Amino acid sequence: MRMFSLFASATSSRGAFALNVTALIIGLLLALSFAPAFAVDPQEQLKDPKLEARAREISAGLRCLVCQNQSIDDSDAPLAKDLRLIVRQQLEKGSSNSQVIDYVVARYGEFVLLNPRLHLNTLILWLTPLLLIAGGIVLAARVVRRQPETRAAPPLTPEEQKELQSLLTPPGGAANS
Amino acid sequence: MIVELGHFALILAFCVALVQCVSPLLGLAVRDNRLLKIADASAPVLFVLIAYSFAALIYAHVVSDFSVANVFENSHSAKPLLYKISGVWGNHEGSMLLWVLILSLFGAAVWLFGRNLPLDLRAMVLAVQGAISATFVIFIVATSNPFLRIADAPAEGNGLNPILQDPALAIHPPLLYTGYVGFSMAFSFAIAALILGRVDSAWARWVRPWTLAAWIFLTLGIGVGSWWAYYTLGWGGWWFWDPVENASLMPWLTGTALLHSAIAMEKRDSLKAWTVLLAILTFSFSLLGTFLVRSGVLTSVHSFASDPARGVFILAIVSAFTAGGLALFAWRAAALSAGSPFSLVSRESSIVLNNLLLTASCGIVLIGTLYPLALEALTGDKISVGAPFFNSTVLWIFMPLLLAVCFGMFLAWKRGDLREAAHRLWPAAAAALIAGLAASLEGGAGWKTVLAMTLGTWVLAGSVWEVLWRAKFLSAPLSETARRIWNMRRSQLAATLGHIGLGVAVIGIAGASAWNTERLTVMKQKDSVELAGYTVTFKNVFERDGPNYAELAGAFELRRGDKLIETIIASKRRYDAPPQATTQAGIAPRPFGDVYVVLGNELEGGAFAVRMYYHPFVRWVWGGVLIMFIAGLVSLLDRRLRIGLPQRAAKTPLASAPAPAE
Repeated sequence: MRMFSLFASATSSRGAFALNVTALIIGLLLALSFAPAFAVDPQEQLKDPKLEARAREISAGLRCLVCQNQSIDDSDAPLAKDLRLIVRQQLEKGSSNSQVIDYVVARYGEFVLLNPRLHLNTLILWLTPLLLIAGGIVLAARVVRRQPETRAAPPLTPEEQKELQSLLTPPGGAANS
Repeated sequence: MIVELGHFALILAFCVALVQCVSPLLGLAVRDNRLLKIADASAPVLFVLIAYSFAALIYAHVVSDFSVANVFENSHSAKPLLYKISGVWGNHEGSMLLWVLILSLFGAAVWLFGRNLPLDLRAMVLAVQGAISATFVIFIVATSNPFLRIADAPAEGNGLNPILQDPALAIHPPLLYTGYVGFSMAFSFAIAALILGRVDSAWARWVRPWTLAAWIFLTLGIGVGSWWAYYTLGWGGWWFWDPVENASLMPWLTGTALLHSAIAMEKRDSLKAWTVLLAILTFSFSLLGTFLVRSGVLTSVHSFASDPARGVFILAIVSAFTAGGLALFAWRAAALSAGSPFSLVSRESSIVLNNLLLTASCGIVLIGTLYPLALEALTGDKISVGAPFFNSTVLWIFMPLLLAVCFGMFLAWKRGDLREAAHRLWPAAAAALIAGLAASLEGGAGWKTVLAMTLGTWVLAGSVWEVLWRAKFLSAPLSETARRIWNMRRSQLAATLGHIGLGVAVIGIAGASAWNTERLTVMKQKDSVELAGYTVTFKNVFERDGPNYAELAGAFELRRGDKLIETIIASKRRYDAPPQATTQAGIAPRPFGDVYVVLGNELEGGAFAVRMYYHPFVRWVWGGVLIMFIAGLVSLLDRRLRIGLPQRAAKTPLASAPAPAE
């Protein structure tokens, strides 16, 4: 929205829009949810760089609830800004990272977490990667084992070695070896 | 009239596609070759009809015929010509028409290049292509008709979302769709093979170039999309694990697996059932991707132009083809012969491992993308599955995959020697360890970065070394090495090149994620900021007009020491139709990374909020993708693929394209 005020003069000089209201609203909504980002404002930053770094780390894992698949760190939406401020306030109070995240989840629900926690309803989600790997290994083992063996033959016994030598050595060629 | 004819051609195309689907099946049932040959005639006709239909829609967009609803909703007379044309596929209806156009193009290609295929195989392939065409054409005609008229034609259109008015995004959908739809060839061949109960290495040799062609385009399409996101979205992100991105990644992962297993099938006649299954799955994921993007089931960064009402129809199409293909596979796969045996340590086994890991990573992307939708639909619980989930899980799959890549290249077919391979790989191991050590000495690198840098270098060095080793580098004179490299088969070099691309991309991903620096500042004119050894000075702001936007631009001087390197222009654009602002980042590519400047809001006293980044290694990501793309092209140029089936090759000696043998 702030972007529009910046261009207010340019807009009025360019004259009226030949557009209906719906298109305007859609346009505004798009601009809101998808404004090419100017997320974290310089003024928002914490003085302590360590604390600020932690704030950024936490923010990257929290979803901007009104956006489409954006973290609050990447989003320009007012709600994301509010959440960023909450994160920073909590950090300044001395909360640990997980305390800050718990605080946000308590208010906004699990939906806010980009990395879902292991619960009953996310059990399948988290187990699937393990099952895929385990199932894949079993399947691959079956595919490989089903192959008729072409393993290397056992090494020759000394007797066989001797016999081989005698076969390979041409008659009277002993002098060459 | 042109538009009405386009509409009519599309309906006619549906009828032709139906004939193309039914007559070969009927011909197979009653053993009548004349019915099989009908598919040969219908494939080019289908292409011509859909091409005309598509051309008619382009025409309507180019002349800004706002009596056509699709043009009114998505175009504007002031739009530059390029975006009038790309606007055709910048919306749902037009992009679906592009989808079937590419599909019919591939069908026509079977007719054109497939004369040396056995008649029954060619007819079955075309029948499956016809079935896919028919369902998608009727989908367009019934739910997404781009040719509908408006009774009172408006004087002006609504315009195209400015974010889509970009050269990279103009070519992104055609590239991506060529990839998606190209996998329909693999699918059609798999289904035809299952119906006919015949899968051999000649089959693999025919399927592989088409899969490769699709893979090349998909690779490039994903790369272009990522590059667009990098410079458009304003903070230099290039991959977001957005559902729409995942939709294109899934067929890429299984398609990559398919390329590898098809090699095993072509060379050693093994892994048949596996290859056929991957062919079915890959196209199913392409269809799933189409469903996710086009149904509006996701509301994500990319789907600006979708409509939930159509979802059920596409879902039915996706389910029918996927379930049908898999059921046919379950029923007929046992008929495929087992193929040549191989031992646990062999090139074949390494390809099985590759397939396993790629398919597992695809499965993770699939569950992560669909889980929130399914959970909400079933229980009402809303959860998010975002980048952290994918990064942490896919990492564990890709680490062993990257480790195994080099071993696979050094193992022999049928029976390999792991210890010998490890012994030969010492230069790659040394390079990887040095890179890992260097990465760990650099500040800000976590264990993941160090590991990824090590493995990326391992793959890169291992691939280079593989070629050198095969060319007897160091053990023969240099001229002999050069001669051997020159004489190597193209497909051999392509494999190496592809893996080099993978290594480069991994290094890029690791480096760009770990070491990017960010500066958020408020700057007045003449202010300077230090960024990664550079000095960026805010020179001035100025206004200028583009063809359909007004722009406020900031000029920033980039200096190293006292030397002026270049002036970066970062701007904010304001479009009228539709009214929307976009940010154009200013990017200065430097040898080791990009300096990336974004102009923000104006604050009191003529100061501006400015966001600056240094993105090291980021170009390696697309560099790697580009190398993989080139590798695919090189492999396509391999002579064996162009000659076609071996028994026909004798009749068409050294033909550059498979000439008609009859």
